Amino acid sequence: MPLDKPYLDIPGTTIFDAEQSRKGYWLNQFCMSLMKAENRARFKAGERVYLDEWSMSEEQKQAVLARDLNWCIRLGGNIYFLAKIGATDGKSFQQMAGSMTGMTEEEYRDMMIAGGRSIEGNRRVGEHGDAQADRQPQGRAGRTGRA
Amino acid sequence: MAHISASVYTSHVPAIGAAIDLGKSSEPYWQKVFSGYEFSKRWLKDNKPDVIFLVYNDHATAFSLEMIPTFAIGTAAEFRPADEGWGPRPVPMVTGHPELAAHIAQSVIQDDFDLTIVNRMDVDHGLTVPLSLMCGQPQAWPCPVIPFAVNVVQYPVPSGRRCLNLGRAIRKAVASYDEPLNVQVWGTGGMSHQLQGPRAGLINRDWDQRFLDRLIAEPDALAQVPHIEYVREAGSEGIELVMWLIARGAMSDAPLKVVHRFYHVPASNTAVGHLILENP
Repeated sequence: MPLDKPYLDIPGTTIFDAEQSRKGYWLNQFCMSLMKAENRARFKAGERVYLDEWSMSEEQKQAVLARDLNWCIRLGGNIYFLAKIGATDGKSFQQMAGSMTGMTEEEYRDMMIAGGRSIEGNRRVGEHGDAQADRQPQGRAGRTGRA
Repeated sequence: MAHISASVYTSHVPAIGAAIDLGKSSEPYWQKVFSGYEFSKRWLKDNKPDVIFLVYNDHATAFSLEMIPTFAIGTAAEFRPADEGWGPRPVPMVTGHPELAAHIAQSVIQDDFDLTIVNRMDVDHGLTVPLSLMCGQPQAWPCPVIPFAVNVVQYPVPSGRRCLNLGRAIRKAVASYDEPLNVQVWGTGGMSHQLQGPRAGLINRDWDQRFLDRLIAEPDALAQVPHIEYVREAGSEGIELVMWLIARGAMSDAPLKVVHRFYHVPASNTAVGHLILENP
């Protein structure tokens, strides 16, 4: 019998469950290695060489090189692990979270100061909130960069 | 005998730690957050416990994907602040209380909660940010701390019901400890926030406020709320709030005294909620 996954109908959201964790094991373990200063230095000196030391899929490596966190998450990454890449790059959690919305850093910060993203229209896929698939990307950064 | 006198609940946003460590706490953005803790710092000075039992979650720091304990109790004599990738926070070492921790582990495991016992563990912002919010920047933390880490990173996390009942088992364990210690139980994490995907930045004030109301007045009913409601209404990382039910379960079933209540949006990506409840 398949497991019950009632969370698949939440827009713009990937729940890090056992299946995602299995897919992303080496991607996340690579991220974990960046908690050591000497590994951060080695990664920065040669990203591709460092990534090739890990049993990650080629697509996972490409997603890391592109710093596309939504792509990383689709491939099994978890944000608390991926945050180690952001830390290595000198990015804050807010910059990382914002990067997944297509907003510029300023647009995202302003949204938070104004009270954050509204829940209205964002509870279930098929509603009309700003996190729904048909409204991506949300901001100026997304319109000039990759979708 | 030991007893639990009070519980403290607070969000544990990493950016709060960074703001304190980098001397930004007087900036208007951060002042709005810290203003909610001015009372709390005075309260803690006036109500200094002998031990803090601190419920938090590890954020892929001490526990990678190699091992994912649902409940882990720190029984060591001391715990180092972790390097989470930005370098370790410049905060004091955390002194443990191995005797009480071992006693709680023995009692709670025999009450059917299968704790993982951890004798070596670095502690991340989940544990040190609440201490900073409540204590400021002291040379040493005011008392020993027992770290209690809950898995809220990989789904499924423990249910609210299980967390509340675990808190009750901790209450019973503390009450059977011979030394007359004054113990506080802190529950941390939350409130509404989502750090991933196009829905990042979600905040749900109404849901958060109702959570605070119900945590105070009807914890048993609140404990029935399923995971999916936390995730849908309070964001994928809002599920950290189940940890508050452990601290609430450790408190009396009789009505509690609400000493302090604070709510503010935002700290970085997150709604900050804070309560202090005293036992009658």
